[in-house]
Amino acid sequence: MVPGSYYTGLSAVLFAIGAVGVIVRRDPLVIFMSIEVMLNAANLALVAFGAQFGNAEGQVLVFFVMTVAAAEVAVGLAIIVAIFRLRRRLSVDDLSAMRW
Amino acid sequence: MQVAVFALAALIGVGSALGLVLRRNPVHGALFLVVNLGSVAVLYLTLGAQFLAAAQVIVYAGAIMVLFVFAIMMLIPGKEETGPDPRRLVRLLAIPLGVLLLLEVLLIVAARPAHPGGRARAAVGVQAIGRLLFTDYLFPFELTSVLLLAALVGVLALAKRGAGGGAAAGAPRGRIGEALDAAGPGAAGGSSGPAAAARSAARPATPAPGPGTVKG
Repeated sequence: MVPGSYYTGLSAVLFAIGAVGVIVRRDPLVIFMSIEVMLNAANLALVAFGAQFGNAEGQVLVFFVMTVAAAEVAVGLAIIVAIFRLRRRLSVDDLSAMRW
Repeated sequence: MQVAVFALAALIGVGSALGLVLRRNPVHGALFLVVNLGSVAVLYLTLGAQFLAAAQVIVYAGAIMVLFVFAIMMLIPGKEETGPDPRRLVRLLAIPLGVLLLLEVLLIVAARPAHPGGRARAAVGVQAIGRLLFTDYLFPFELTSVLLLAALVGVLALAKRGAGGGAAAGAPRGRIGEALDAAGPGAAGGSSGPAAAARSAARPATPAPGPGTVKG
C-alpha cells in the first residue's frame, strides 16, 4: 500500500512545475497546458484524499473539475484564436492590457 | 508491486511535466502533456478510481488534447519564443518562486498527520459515484450542463466574430470597437448582399407593371 502522503507530495510537485510553467513560458498555448498540469495535480490530491477517507465525494468533485476544465479550454482557445486573428502574433507580453 | 507502479507513474508524470515546461516547441509540449495525463490516469487506477481513469483518458487525453493540437496547428506557433526575451530577469524569478511554492506545499503535507482511519482504503466504486452525482450533487450536475451549453454558445460567438474580423482584412485594427465596426458592415453586406441584389432586381420589375398598367 502506498501511503496517501506520497500522492499529495507528488501532486505538490506537479502543481509547482505547472506554476513555474505558467510564469516562465511566453506562448499562451503552453501556458494553458501548464494550467492543465496544475488542474491535474489538484485532481490527484482530491482523489488521494477521497481514497484515504473512503468516500466518493472527492471523485465527484474531480468529475466537476474535469467538466469545468473542458469548458475553460474551449473558451480559452477560442479567445487565443480570436486574438491571433486580430494581431497576427501570439505572445502574452503583448496582452498586458485588458484592451487592444 | 503497487509501490513500483506508483513510482513508475510518478516518475513519468514529473518527467513529462518538466518536458512540457522546458521544451520550446509547443507540439512537443502537447505530446508531453498527453503522457502526463496518461500517467495521472494510471495513478487514479492505483487509487481505485476506475471511472476517473477512464474519464481522464477520454475527456483529457482525447477531447481536450485534440483541441490543443488543433489550435497549435492552426496558429503555427514556435516563432514567438525564439526571439530575445525582454523580461528575462522577471522570468528567472519564477524558479525560486516555484521552489518556494513546492517547499510550502510539501511542508503542509508533511506537517499534517495521516488520518488515523485512513488506512482502510475502502474501494469506491462507480455505483457510489453515480448515486452521489444523481442525489446529493444533482443540482451542480445540472448546472454543469448549463455551463457546457454557455461555453458552446460563447465559443461559437467568439469564432463568428473572429471570422468577420478576418474577412474585413483591410480594416484598421486599432481597437476592438473599430474591428467590430469593420466587421459589422462586412457581415451586414455579406448577409444583405443577396437581399439587396434581389431588391435591385425587383425594383425595375415593380415599376414595369406601373407603366404597363398605365398603358393598359
